[in-house]
This record gives sequence, C-alpha cells and structure tokens, in this order.
Amino acid sequence: MIEIKNLNKKFNNNSVLKNLNINIEKGESAVVIGQSGTGKSVMLKCLLGLIKPDSGMIKINNVSILDKNLSYSNKNRIKIGMLFQGGALFDSLPVWKNISFISLQGKVSEKECKINALMTLEKVGLKSNISDLYPSELSGGMQKRVALARAIFSEPDIILFDEPTTGLDPITADVINNLILEKVKDLGATALTITHDMASARTIASKVYMLHDGAIIWGDDVSELEKTDNKFILQFTRGESNGPISHRSN
Amino acid sequence: MKVLVNTGSSILGFIQEVGRLFLFILKTFKAATSRWYLKNFFLQIISIGYLSLPVVALTSFFTGGALAIQIYYGGNQFNSEVIVSSIVALGITRELGPVLGGIVVAGRVSAAIAAELGTMKVTEQIDALRTLSTDPYEYLVFPRVLAAVISLPILVGFADIIGIMGGWLVGVQSLGFNGTVYLQNTEAFLESGDIISGLIKASVFGFIISIMGSYHGFNSKGGAQGVGRSTMNAVVSSSILILASNYIMTNLLFSS
Ligand SMILES: Nc1ncnc2c1ncn2[C@@H]1O[C@H](COP(=O)(O)OP(=O)(O)O)[C@@H](O)[C@H]1O
Ligand SMILES: [Mg+2]
Repeated sequence: MIEIKNLNKKFNNNSVLKNLNINIEKGESAVVIGQSGTGKSVMLKCLLGLIKPDSGMIKINNVSILDKNLSYSNKNRIKIGMLFQGGALFDSLPVWKNISFISLQGKVSEKECKINALMTLEKVGLKSNISDLYPSELSGGMQKRVALARAIFSEPDIILFDEPTTGLDPITADVINNLILEKVKDLGATALTITHDMASARTIASKVYMLHDGAIIWGDDVSELEKTDNKFILQFTRGESNGPISHRSN
Repeated sequence: MKVLVNTGSSILGFIQEVGRLFLFILKTFKAATSRWYLKNFFLQIISIGYLSLPVVALTSFFTGGALAIQIYYGGNQFNSEVIVSSIVALGITRELGPVLGGIVVAGRVSAAIAAELGTMKVTEQIDALRTLSTDPYEYLVFPRVLAAVISLPILVGFADIIGIMGGWLVGVQSLGFNGTVYLQNTEAFLESGDIISGLIKASVFGFIISIMGSYHGFNSKGGAQGVGRSTMNAVVSSSILILASNYIMTNLLFSS
C-alpha cells in the first residue's frame, strides 16, 4: 500500500509537486499518466528516498518512510523494486551481476547469486547465454528486460516503473507491458507505473491517475478512461494540442 | 549597481560551491567508517596506480634529463658534476616528481573518474545503486579516494628514481660525467626528508585528484555535454588545486 499526502517539492523557484495526494491499495496496479515534465519522476524519486520533499507525508504499508526532518528513514527502509526510465544498468558489470547486485553485496556466494540471476533472467524471457554479456552489448528491449529482472530479483512488495516503454518499438513495448503485468501478478506486488504511453497504461493498469501541474487531478478504474468526460483525460488520450493542458506549461 | 549585484551573486555562488564540496568530502570520510568495498579498491589501484606508471615514468625521465642540461649549460660549469647531480636529485624529489606526476595523473585519472561517475549520474546508475541499498559514497567514491591516496606516493617514488636516472643518463652520455661519481654525489646530497616530503605531497595530490573527479562526476547534469563539462572542470580544478596546495605545503615543509 502506498499513501502520499500533501506532498510538495520545489527546485529553486520551480514548484514541481503541489499538494500531491494519492492512495494505492495493496495489490493494485496503478498507472500515473501525465505530460512530460509534470513531476512524475520526481514523485517516484520521493517514494524511493532519492529526493527529499519539502513537506508532506509518505507511507508504505502503513509505515512512514520519512523521519521528522522529511529525510528518508533508514530504519523503515522497505524493499522496493525500481525500473528506471533508461534502465540504469551498471555498465561495468555483466548482466548476471546486474540482476543479482543486491545479494552479491550481501553474504550470498557468487555461485548462488548466479544461479538465482539465471532463474530471474528466465522469468523475463531471456536465455541464460546472455548472462555474461555487458549491458552495452544488448538491444534496448533486452536492456529493459534485464532491468526488469533486476527490479523483481529480490521479490519486492512494491515495484515502481518509470516509463517502461519509452524508446521501444510498439511490439517490444507490448512485450514489456505484458511482462510487467505478469510479474506483478506473480509476486502479488503493488505496482506504480508512470508513463505517457496510453497503450501501456491500458495494458498494465487496474487504476489510472492523471498528474497535472504537480497534483493528481483525476483517478479511477481503467475502464472509466473511455467513459469519462474529463477534459484533461480526453485531451491526453486523444493526444490533442488544444485543450486545458497547455503544452507551454513547464 | 549592476556590477555590485553580479559580483555579489558570483561570490555567493562560490561560497555555495565550496560548501557543497565540503559536504561531499564529509560524506566520503563518513563512508570510510562504514563498509569497505575491497574489490572496487583493488580495481582502482590498478586503473589509478598501475596504469598511470608509463605516463608518470616518461614525464619524470624527460624532466630529469632536461633539468640536467639546463643546470649544466645555465650555470657555472666549474664543479658541475656535483651541482648537476644534487640539483637534479633535490628538484625531482622535492618538487618536479610530485607536481608533474600529480598534474599528469590529474589529466588522466580525474578526467576518467569524472567521466565515469558523470555518466553513471546522468544515466541514473547512481540512483539505482541507492535503490539497491548500496551507498554510492561507500561503493564508488571512497575506493577511488583511498586508491589514489595510496597510489600517488608509490607512483612518485618510481618517478623520483626514474627522474634521477634521466639526469644521470644525460650527464653520462652527453655531458661527460663519470656515472659512479654522479650517483655517489646524488646519494650524498639526498636526505630522506627530501624524498618523504615529496611523497607526502603526492598523497595530498591523490586526494585532490580523486575528490575533484568524483565531486564533478556526481554533480554532472544533462547528457553528454554535461559529462564533458564536468570532466573538464575536474581536470582544471584538480590541476590548480595541486599547484596551490603544493605552494602551501612547500612553505610548511621547508620554511621552518
Ligand atoms: N534534481 C532536479 N533538480 C532540479 N530540477 C529538477 C530535478 N529533477 C526534476 N526537476 C524538474 O522537475 C520537473 C519535473 O521533472 P520530471 O519529474 O522528471 O518530469 P516527468 O513528469 O517527465 O518525469 C522538471 O521541470 C525538471 O526540470
Ligand atoms: Mg520522467
């Protein structure tokens, strides 16, 4: 369960998040859509403790992840899987070490890590013969799959996806979307995906939220996407330049 | 009025930058007190220390040779065998070995560190490390700093020997000195303090090179252009800091 209340974040004079509120139930697959530059990644980074918010509250599984000074509380660190926008694979490490990175840093033997990495590689539909390659030797789609494998490796309760299909062709994007759907279901995890790709949102989401101008302005079941007369949603799903969303904001 | 405002804001910007750098150094020291990633440290010893040996050796060899020629033709040629050998030995161990070694390693190593960490920063690999419960200061910065602080004195130790050999070779081959006498003079003149002062400087330079490389890498913004800019800033700032700190250390070590 993810609960964000009145979250605010400013960079210098640029107010990015303005009283953002969202509630994601356990097991839900939430998708946040919104224009580029509206603060979707900033929201995820606040959840991960990579960016310190100015004010607000974040609870994961009913535990606040921020301490009194709004810094990330190490005491309440929770296993969260994260798929970064560009994959963010470590290019100095081979595929299998990327996937099992977190247990390689622990007390688990390399051999065991590699076995587990190969199993996870299989889960994302990749053959074990790429395990010794380096990320730069893989195609974009394969990199995304390896990054997905790394995100699910430790079987987290919460998984975050930052624009998982950006930069992929529509067919590969669909493969990734279905993989995400399947893995999230397998793990019984709560998922939060941010995207501006409507095909991706329709595949992955059980619930859709719209982020505009630093706040969530709409949220409902994915089926409502087709029925709503909300002008923001209509403009966004149709991809029109005229409407309440000005393409000059940000 | 506008000039005043501009000066004011650039002074403020400078103070802010110094503050950020100070915080960065503090975080690196804090990383030293927790987990040590020994494997990363050994990899950095190879890339910072071992692989810098050829450039440092060449620099020092030619500098020693050039110094011998300058002293011989520039000075009084009476008693030149003693003067050349002693000035080469002192010049190399006290100043030229550490400073020129530091500068060439700054070009090589702080650029490489800034480019690598900068790329990791702009491709979100540093964020990814954090989400995988790994502190980037422990995993990336501290191993580089420790490796540089240890490698630089060893490199300069080699540079001292090779620089003196450069001077010796020129002395014997083109200035007609007696090789054995030259080395005896060198040994008679050189004190352990001369060598040790150079090695202490080298260690400080190693710290400067690795910290500036890491700091600028961690603060890279934007894409390839941003990484390019931080690489340049790393080299320029570490070179200037090496020269400035060398002046201060020479004062402290030799004026008393
Ligand atoms: N670390 C940062 N420092 C300053 N500004 C930032 C930072 N991260 C994001 N921003 C700004 O916040 C805004 C939202 O960015 P982001 O969350 O990446 O947008 P998106 O919705 O496309 O993911 C942008 O205007 C961006 O410039
Ligand atoms: Mg984004």
